[in-house]
Amino acid sequence: MEQFAQQLLNGLFLGSIYALIALGYTMVYGVLRFINFAHGDVFMLGAFSGLYLNRWLGPSLASLHWSISLTIILVLSMLICAALGILIEFLAYRPLRNRPRLNVLITAIGVSLLIEYTGQHPAVFGATQQPFPALIPANNISLTGNLAVTNTQMIVFVTVVLLLVALRYIVMKTRMGLAMRALSLNPTASALMGVNNSVVISFTFGLGSALAAAGGILYASLYPSVEPFMGIMPGLKAFIAAVLGGIGNIPGAALGGLIIGVTETLVGGYSSVVGLPTGYKDGVAFVILILILLFKPSGLLGKTEREKV
Amino acid sequence: MLDVRNLEVAYGSIRALHGVSLHVPEKSIVTLIGANGAGKSSTLRALSGLIKTKAGTVTYEGNEITNQAPHRIVARGLCHVPEGRMIFPNLTIEENLRMGAFLRRDAKGIAADMDYVFTIFPRLLERRKQLAGTLSGGEQQMLAISRALMGKPKFLMLDEPSLGIAPLLVKAIFQKIVEINRTQGLTILLVEQNANLALEVSSYGYVLETGKVILEGPSADLRANPQVQAAYLGI
Repeated sequence: MEQFAQQLLNGLFLGSIYALIALGYTMVYGVLRFINFAHGDVFMLGAFSGLYLNRWLGPSLASLHWSISLTIILVLSMLICAALGILIEFLAYRPLRNRPRLNVLITAIGVSLLIEYTGQHPAVFGATQQPFPALIPANNISLTGNLAVTNTQMIVFVTVVLLLVALRYIVMKTRMGLAMRALSLNPTASALMGVNNSVVISFTFGLGSALAAAGGILYASLYPSVEPFMGIMPGLKAFIAAVLGGIGNIPGAALGGLIIGVTETLVGGYSSVVGLPTGYKDGVAFVILILILLFKPSGLLGKTEREKV
Repeated sequence: MLDVRNLEVAYGSIRALHGVSLHVPEKSIVTLIGANGAGKSSTLRALSGLIKTKAGTVTYEGNEITNQAPHRIVARGLCHVPEGRMIFPNLTIEENLRMGAFLRRDAKGIAADMDYVFTIFPRLLERRKQLAGTLSGGEQQMLAISRALMGKPKFLMLDEPSLGIAPLLVKAIFQKIVEINRTQGLTILLVEQNANLALEVSSYGYVLETGKVILEGPSADLRANPQVQAAYLGI
């Protein structure tokens, strides 16, 4: 029972990061109706900007409390990746705005490969794995009984929750958030209300990419090694999380992320019981994808939009 | 107030408008009538920047606005209530109205205008926290007009406000349109298939057929015109 609870907790922490990435997929889908397959690579770029920022700024931040230097690195990486996300949209997707959606989708795969293989070049990040610095001091926190949570896991979880609260505020309470929701419901109507749709789309890419960057740093803090292909698997799983929750649905993406994280961790923890290698945990998300597409393609919280005419 | 000269619009190789010219004086209600596919909606869509024109000019308050982006045209006070209403179904009534006031920053004025549209359409007040998708067709039309009014437009373009609405409600909505025109001094360009009603409330009318203006004149004259009577008024 304790082992089960421990696995559940671990799954929750991992899932919270998937949730963060899944939000970017779902928001971009909301405004542009396509899956930005380069999103996982922005996650990777977030982890790398954390790595390099720590390398360059580390000495000058050394005198500060770790929580402050973590915040500085996190916020700077989010800003860098927000700018990169906006740039990707501007260069790669905007010229295709009025083309068939398939063209944009294929372009997204191209952008993803471009980022990954450029990252492999020795002059950029290099192909080898690099250790990620411990931005959060390692320290076990014991809960009741034999349950243990690391300091890192706690910080990851708290950061994710704070970011989700901030996101909810932006989407539900601000003018830009209202425009995002209106645009996702009807781009023609939002333009007729005076919304500059291009600005809202850029903002959405920036917001999603910033969350992915935070996800990258938090992920690399839990699994401290980074390489240019590190975004592929978490990216795909987060995409599945977004579909599971109902693509375009923001709470759905968060829920989907948690479900994928928990299921994956449980499968990893118990696969030996049924005689499967633990590597199968990476497959479980895809099984979920197939099931959801077969039985509830609109996702758990997704609604089939209905409008009276 | 609005001058349109030889407007041409095409969807791919299909030409929808072959040189439409219109004039809408300030504070008037002008109507555009015609059958399905005559180019009424295309005219409005071109005026609000939703589709690019092939040729022709649109002059508004002395400035040429041809082919400007929709959000720039809205900012000048030209507001378009599109065909099919296009309300935001998953936003509440209140959020829809706030979207209408998207370009405004005067919180007090917005609140006052929200009260104003609620006095015109009290049904919306009862349902202000409800999702707009749950409204009936007529209520959605009221919301679409109210949402446009929230932008404090100087020039309102209405596309088929009577479409798919119960006849009783249509009368009520048209009364409100006339009331808004009289009390607010709002200029209105009305596109309608219901020619009877449109010619009743407007002062001047244009009859569109296959992308061309085939007839124009004061609404009273058009109503008396045998050709119009036979083709559009069912007399």
